[in-house]
Amino acid sequence: MSTVEIAAPAKPFGELVFAPRAETEELISGSEAIAHAVRLADVDVITAYPIRPYDTVMQYVSKMIADGDFDCDFIVAESEHSQFEIVKHASAVGARVFAGSSGVGWLYAFEALAVTAGLRLPMVAMVGNRALDDPGAFGVEHNDALAVRDLGWMLCWVSTAQEALDTALIAYRVAEDPRVFLPCAISCDGAFLTHSQSIVKVPSQAMVDSFLPRYDRGDKVLHPDNPVTIAPQVNEDWLMEMRRQSDQAARRARGVLIDAYRDFNAKFGRGGEPFIERYMMDDAEVALVGMGTLSMPVKVAVRKMRAQGKKVGFVRVRWFRPFPTQELQEALAGVHAVGVIDRDFSFGSAFHSGVLANELRSALYPAKHRPRIVSFIAGLGGREVSAANVMDMTKTVFGAAEGAGPDAQDTYWIGARE
Amino acid sequence: MQEAKEIAGDFTSPQVLDPWTGIRKVAREEYYTSGHRTCQGCESAQMMRLLAKAAGPRTIVLTATGCMYVANTTYYSTPWVLPWMHTQLGSAGSGATGTAAGLRALMRKGKIAKEPINVIAVCGDGGGADMGLSAISAALQHTKYNMLILMYDNESYANTDIQTSGSSPYGVNTSFSPPGKLHRIMHDQWKKNTAPMLAVGQPDCRYVATVVSTNAVDTLNKVRRALSIGGPTFIHSLNPCPKGWDFDPKYSHEIGELAVETGIWPLYEIEDGKLKMYGKSQHIASGAIKRKPVSEYLLRQGRFAHFTEQDIARVQARTDDMWEKWSLPGVIAFSRA
Repeated sequence: MSTVEIAAPAKPFGELVFAPRAETEELISGSEAIAHAVRLADVDVITAYPIRPYDTVMQYVSKMIADGDFDCDFIVAESEHSQFEIVKHASAVGARVFAGSSGVGWLYAFEALAVTAGLRLPMVAMVGNRALDDPGAFGVEHNDALAVRDLGWMLCWVSTAQEALDTALIAYRVAEDPRVFLPCAISCDGAFLTHSQSIVKVPSQAMVDSFLPRYDRGDKVLHPDNPVTIAPQVNEDWLMEMRRQSDQAARRARGVLIDAYRDFNAKFGRGGEPFIERYMMDDAEVALVGMGTLSMPVKVAVRKMRAQGKKVGFVRVRWFRPFPTQELQEALAGVHAVGVIDRDFSFGSAFHSGVLANELRSALYPAKHRPRIVSFIAGLGGREVSAANVMDMTKTVFGAAEGAGPDAQDTYWIGARE
Repeated sequence: MQEAKEIAGDFTSPQVLDPWTGIRKVAREEYYTSGHRTCQGCESAQMMRLLAKAAGPRTIVLTATGCMYVANTTYYSTPWVLPWMHTQLGSAGSGATGTAAGLRALMRKGKIAKEPINVIAVCGDGGGADMGLSAISAALQHTKYNMLILMYDNESYANTDIQTSGSSPYGVNTSFSPPGKLHRIMHDQWKKNTAPMLAVGQPDCRYVATVVSTNAVDTLNKVRRALSIGGPTFIHSLNPCPKGWDFDPKYSHEIGELAVETGIWPLYEIEDGKLKMYGKSQHIASGAIKRKPVSEYLLRQGRFAHFTEQDIARVQARTDDMWEKWSLPGVIAFSRA
């Protein structure tokens, strides 16, 4: 019987060296930025299935492979379910994997998504956020990616192509950390990010190698030299203990993420604060909260309102799972009211709010200082949220801060025709 | 021990598994052992045992949801000596593809040692002929991956209380097709002809075979051929089920044998586009032996106890057509108009 050497990580975390900062600047979309990230991460198996808008990433990946710039097994699956099952099993034998989807495609794969988290397989996926059918819409809504929020997937929203590339590298490092071993989905707003180009710094291979160690599944790898039985029937005897292990992994992910951002900032000179981005929050009296590319009109509006002397700030939630409870409690400790702009919905939920608003309300309940929370549903199906919309919403938030207006816990639909 | 062919460049060599020329030449080692809790007389479990024995130790097995998942792998008591992993009900094709792709990429990129490793995905008729059909069809197109998909067919969703599947025979009594006061026959579809469908539809798949676990040496060698020919392959195994088919467990082998002798279950292999009948099916096809009447098979099983003479005659007529009117007897129905 021959033996197989499972390659050890190239360098353990503590010994990763600094590589000289050598980056090229390219005018690319969010999808292309993620394609560069998976190339630089030396991903082994990638599966594709067409659905707009995420699938542009696979067009870039397939061209890189065709041109000999990237070596991986690239499989066009016959459905999203198979697409995610294929990479799930490739991950179990120790391959670094990538897949992605949008809208109902992501939900077609839902069974595979659930078991990937249950199996503790560190898949990294891109979700090009898209409204769920029916009725059909190509544009962005966040309900697709949010569907996996309770299953053990790490979930983040990025707002620029640069952040998409950087976050994909961070995602592999955190997901594949043996203390975590959880899958991670990177959400990119459909069209606004997947298809919009901006100048992106693409790092050198040496820089990425100094940050991202090789995936090593250790004694959990499926291989004839390690004849383990994976995912047997455990029933009520053991399921609860295993669920708790996943919970502990999701808790540990927080610290691993903080470490990864610290290291990324040191090596690449960017990356920012993990979990949230604070914008003009220092002396803010009211705050807006949102995720993804909403940040663009919101920041424009905040600057305009600041010029008018209104003390308003913005908190962009970068990581939804693990949820930044502490950071949000602290960032919002000084404000009187918060307006949460959800690009999603949660019909029949508490106060009929958006998903982020409900989550934030829950996170702030035990806080010493509880600001009033106003929930806004905006920009569904890819509808534009303008700076003027944001200023209108902010007016309502100031009203809530002063106790004025209708019940501040109500939910407002922005720009919807009657 | 199997020897690997010389490995060069992109790693694609399968293992070399020569046929065993008789029961005495069969390896003694078992890789599917005690620890399962399948029913007495379970021919699907027998198929697992033969499958693992034929494949040998350098093998990864995946099992889709179904009897051979649920009854085989109660936590802490696995019967698998081989590395084993569960895959979802419709994922035998995609599970095999992903496993083979992962190994191939890691070997090509020098991340693990190069070595031919058998990849086998197992599914039942519900997982294969119904839910997982599109994934299996897709897997059989991926000629660069060496993998075997084996469908053990007990002609029902046997793990969930015996419900009818696309592979259930005409008229069968299942918990979703019980004979009643108004309708004696609730399952009025004919059994799906899965193996020829895949062989015809996926012409680059080099090997498709039907087996019955009654005939151990033939079955072992079909598995070994499927694993060593290279590329994706498919085996369809008929596995009598005492619980679902309602017969005494001691007759499992006999019922399987009767399925062949009556012509209901033809044994053949399709290798590189060439069809070859084998075993008693070959003798039926050549006219050396006569088919037994289907009643000898049907009346041994409680699942057909509600059949009238008319129902039996109907099954007999369709079986006669299979052998007398089909363009490829027992395999392909249609002919030129």
